[in-house]
Amino acid sequence: MKIAITSKGDNLESELDLRFGRCQYFIIVDDNDLQSFKAVANDAMSSGGGAGIKAAQTVINEGVEAVISGNYGPNAFDALSSGGVKLYTADVPTVKDAVEAIGSGKARLLESASAAAHAGLRQI
Amino acid sequence: MVISIASGKGGTGKTTVAVSLATLAGEISGKEKRRVFYADCDVEEPDGHLFLKPEIKESTKAYTLIPKVDPDKCTLCGKCAESCRFNALLVTKKNVIVFEELCHGCGTCSIVCEEDAIVETEREIGVIDEGKAGSVDSGQIDYIAGVLNVGEVMSPPLIKMVREKVDSIVDDDKIVFIDASPGTSCPVIEAVRDTDYVVLVTEPTPFGLNDLKLAVGMVEALGLPFGIVINRYQDDEKGGELHRYVEDKNIEVLAEIPLKRSIAEIISRGGILVEEDGEMKNIFMGILDRITKHGGLLNG
Repeated sequence: MKIAITSKGDNLESELDLRFGRCQYFIIVDDNDLQSFKAVANDAMSSGGGAGIKAAQTVINEGVEAVISGNYGPNAFDALSSGGVKLYTADVPTVKDAVEAIGSGKARLLESASAAAHAGLRQI
Repeated sequence: MVISIASGKGGTGKTTVAVSLATLAGEISGKEKRRVFYADCDVEEPDGHLFLKPEIKESTKAYTLIPKVDPDKCTLCGKCAESCRFNALLVTKKNVIVFEELCHGCGTCSIVCEEDAIVETEREIGVIDEGKAGSVDSGQIDYIAGVLNVGEVMSPPLIKMVREKVDSIVDDDKIVFIDASPGTSCPVIEAVRDTDYVVLVTEPTPFGLNDLKLAVGMVEALGLPFGIVINRYQDDEKGGELHRYVEDKNIEVLAEIPLKRSIAEIISRGGILVEEDGEMKNIFMGILDRITKHGGLLNG
């Protein structure tokens, strides 16, 4: 399964970025072949508004089936869901840990936005 | 002449000043039969009506344009989403989704679409109220206000419409006072752009000064002449930093309105300062005189 993980750096050992819309990078990887990963810089980081939507567009364009992050705002949730992308939240140190979290059950599938608009790391 | 009243920080006294200026101008211009307008462009929370108590003669619904994508023509190429500066469009593998609250109605997406798949449709965002305030004896003024629907987030389109209504009145002698919202971004820029003079209302507090500097930056970037009114002025060191800033930048001070309980009392019951306080009437005459030098406001 092709997944996107929000990251503070450009490789698998990078720290997981807990914000979806304004993360620094997306690590796009097939969970069956970790070494096939690529890092995509997030253009939405400096958006005035609608960062969640722009970020969602980036991952949808990459053709991912799921995203792992920490917090997702309302726009991000709607955009990703409309795009048929599953949203996972995990509180683990690195990108590599996040990929393993889906299999081990440490990552939680979200049914609704975990944060209000522009909430940063605060959760509902 | 079109005069806008802005501030930066909220609560400094824009409406207090705008309403008194309009009322006084209405009194003076009544004899010359010059039309005076008060235009409330604080469309999220217009409050000029609390003081002017206008009789509304017409209430027009206001609309903004929202793109609608024809799924039969759309090829999901993604150009519309890419071109949107406000991130209001999302192109999935199956369809295009419009995030209406983010749409600024600029029309870029419909221009960029090469399949002619985007059509602009109307969405109601508020109303524009028009009427008259004051009496024929005291000097009537024309009242116009934009009132944004509750829950609506986009104010610039409505503010632009209020400005267009006012600008469309062809009358070289007209005097217009535009009451802007607090802040220094899109809504305020829409209210003050292309006006002849901006009155920045400030107060001698750290926040007031901080936001005044932002507001000054904004009017300078727009290339508009401006002056400031210092509200709630006390003759003590509290205003020291503000005075140093004003002197350093050589900013015109139109007036200093003193911190007086009686002023707060008049405002709290919806009274207009120039109608109830002689000292205030003199101070506002002074403001009009100083603005006059910039644009021939009052003849003679």
